[in-house]
Amino acid sequence: MIEVDVRLKVGSFSLDVAFANGAGVTALFGQSGSGKSLTLGIIAGLSKPDEGYVRLDGEALVDVASNIFVPASRRRVGLVFQDANLFPHLSVKQNLLYGRWFAPRGERRVDFDAVVETLGIGELISRSPTGLSGGERQRVAIGRALLSCPRLLLLDEPLAALDMQRKLEILPLIERVRDEFDVPIVYVTHAVEEVARLASSVVVMDGGRVKFVGEPTDAFNRLANSPSMNRFDRSSVLTASVDDASATYGLMKLRHPSGTIWINGSAGQAGSLARVIVKATDVVLSLVPPQEISARSVLWGRVANIQFEGPIATVEIELKDDGPLLATITRGALEDLSLKKGSHVYALFKTAALDERSIGVVNA
Amino acid sequence: MKDFLSAAFFDLSPAEWTAIRLSLKIATVATLASLPFGIVTAYALARCQFPGKTLVNGVVHLPLVLPPVVTGFVLLMLLGRKGVFGPYLAELGIVFSFRWTGAAVACAVMGFPLMVRAMRLSFEAIDRRLELASATLGANRIWTFLLVNLPLAVPGIIVGAILAFAKALGEFGATITFVSNIPGETQTISAAIYSYTQVPGGDESAMRLTIIAVFIALSALVASEIIQWRAQKRLGRAE
Repeated sequence: MIEVDVRLKVGSFSLDVAFANGAGVTALFGQSGSGKSLTLGIIAGLSKPDEGYVRLDGEALVDVASNIFVPASRRRVGLVFQDANLFPHLSVKQNLLYGRWFAPRGERRVDFDAVVETLGIGELISRSPTGLSGGERQRVAIGRALLSCPRLLLLDEPLAALDMQRKLEILPLIERVRDEFDVPIVYVTHAVEEVARLASSVVVMDGGRVKFVGEPTDAFNRLANSPSMNRFDRSSVLTASVDDASATYGLMKLRHPSGTIWINGSAGQAGSLARVIVKATDVVLSLVPPQEISARSVLWGRVANIQFEGPIATVEIELKDDGPLLATITRGALEDLSLKKGSHVYALFKTAALDERSIGVVNA
Repeated sequence: MKDFLSAAFFDLSPAEWTAIRLSLKIATVATLASLPFGIVTAYALARCQFPGKTLVNGVVHLPLVLPPVVTGFVLLMLLGRKGVFGPYLAELGIVFSFRWTGAAVACAVMGFPLMVRAMRLSFEAIDRRLELASATLGANRIWTFLLVNLPLAVPGIIVGAILAFAKALGEFGATITFVSNIPGETQTISAAIYSYTQVPGGDESAMRLTIIAVFIALSALVASEIIQWRAQKRLGRAE
């Protein structure tokens, strides 16, 4: 259980953050400059708050009122930086074992071989970090933090410096770390997909303040129309059940109360629930049932709201038994289709536009 | 001086040998003894905030800007037989005046700013985030210093040590002021060359010692280059 309630002024920026969360992944989500990394630094003990406290399992890591400040080295909070920061003068193995050596003997519960196996870094062990690729470095950094047997793991945009291919390679590894090593994680990111895929709870931050704390689905649906989201981040999180696990060509059919969603990749057993993130800019609207068109995911719903932003309109479509689906279209299209509140529409999106980051298994 | 390239030219007299041995001994002891202090001072100046930091920085650099004779005289006033601390040290059996140990102290003081400058740059060049990473992995400041800062600063530490060693070999003004020019005790190569140039017929000896001084200095430089190159390669930074 992590409880954070802190205030800090740095120059003209003021941070005022409060949230609490238990097991699983808590995402700190927001644009750059929203104070996510600063919050992480306060939890890790790299920055001191002006006021407030951070508690981990009831024990104060910092509490300004009671004059408590546990130094970073004694917090047992692992931190993975955006750019790995491996020790260049040590081998990969020495890097991995660095934190383990400082962990109290009785608490070295994380098994070296299990970490190496999970992260797939067995072949890198004897190498020097200077020769590793970005993705390999990040995997070693995660392993290094994990092997220090932390009570809490902090990940500061661990994928931000990597290309798409590497991101897709490392995301499932973070998922496995979450599921296999039983350590709560606070995950800083500005990528909607990573939040939806990994997090059980999200803290949405903007300008040093918390805008929302709750489940990712609620968070994105509620925030979708807020001006702090740019239109390329505007996304909807849909929950659908796996219809047929026998995938042809690696395509899988999901059943949604309002229609059908096709995804590429796997989302678990038939009947299990999957979370799918659809970017508003990827959605096409149609008044008639689509025919002879390549987009295969089709949901039917009713227009609940329309918001304008210059030449762009964001249409909120109410679905059956799920949050709304957002579609960003031009005002010209809106007029041609004469869409207004209450209109019935078919919403289409391309399966190919959903990358693996947009699909998360809710209950495996 | 006509045939100084012939082998016979390098038949060194016992007095010349003594000066060379003494120089090497004094420079080595001065460098090794000041090394720990140099490392700690350089690290403190590079990474720590403490009251009087500017003052410490100034005092460390003073021998670099003062005339060496002045530094020698200050040492004489502080550590000499009748100096401020000299009598107390003498009671403990530590005497610097007119001893080779005093020459080593003079050389260490003169080389200290050069040593600290090189090491400080090296400490400052270390990515602070590595120290933060070390802290979050459970290492306190001392462990982080030993396991991260120190190994990463090795190239700079070597450069600092070599510079101090070279400075010690060439030191003249402070040494001669503090401990005089006693053959066999405080007469280093530099002091011996000076003495030889002051007596008729001493040119040949002066020339021999000069060539040897050049040789020692060059060897030290080459050695430092090799050690540094190896350290860089180990850190994966070599070109």
